[in-house]
Amino acid sequence: MNANRVSYTLDSTLETVNNAEETATRIATEAGFDDEEIMKISMAVREAAVNAVLHGNAYDPNKKVTIEFERSAKDLVIVIRDQGKGLDEMKIPDPLAPDNLMKTSGRGIFLIRSFMDVVEIHPSATGTELKMTKHVHGNAADSKEASQ
Amino acid sequence: MSMKSSTRQVDGVTIVDLSGRITLGEGSVVLRETVRDLLSKGQKKILLNLGDVNYIDSSGIGELVSAFTTSKNQGGELKLLKLTKKVHDLLQITKLYTVFDVKDDEAAAVKSFS
Repeated sequence: MNANRVSYTLDSTLETVNNAEETATRIATEAGFDDEEIMKISMAVREAAVNAVLHGNAYDPNKKVTIEFERSAKDLVIVIRDQGKGLDEMKIPDPLAPDNLMKTSGRGIFLIRSFMDVVEIHPSATGTELKMTKHVHGNAADSKEASQ
Repeated sequence: MSMKSSTRQVDGVTIVDLSGRITLGEGSVVLRETVRDLLSKGQKKILLNLGDVNYIDSSGIGELVSAFTTSKNQGGELKLLKLTKKVHDLLQITKLYTVFDVKDDEAAAVKSFS
């Protein structure tokens, strides 16, 4: 197994959401991102984990969430998969539209897109795969290059 | 760190001092129950002090919106006090910053209630 790639299979619980966030914080810190970027990565992972646990698997104890982190010199790539019905992105309302501004939910994907550089959502009949990428730059990139 | 909440009265305004994280689960529930409890007691001038709230997720944002709307629908007023940079930035990117009445100074915030 690649040393820069780790994968976790987790239950559909609130604890998984917290674990995913903590793991993202640790890995982003180790990758050399600055504090603000670490917060953004951790929050994006938290929101994606909430989607997977709550909306995808609907807390079903028979369904799992897998989270994969892969670090390279250029990127941190995080993939979160659930076993739900598949997220239809077209059905997610724009949370910034005036009619939706005061809704109490529906901001998760928007925040993920705001915080990460590339976000791909791949729904299927067996679940949703959300792949998000944060590019390494600045001090993080320099320290990575130095350590290569 | 989970969220903690305590309330105090200043000149007819209930100040809710919150600290910790407002996230899916405990934090969101504490906020919801605190505001619901105040409104049921007729305490309708509510100032949420977020000075020690260091983290909020989309569920927490949803709870703030819910608290604001619920207060308004019951003839009350809910304002926010002392946003941390993280919370401020989140309310900016979600375009909610101008929806809420946000204050920096507690005395001025208390006076601003009608």
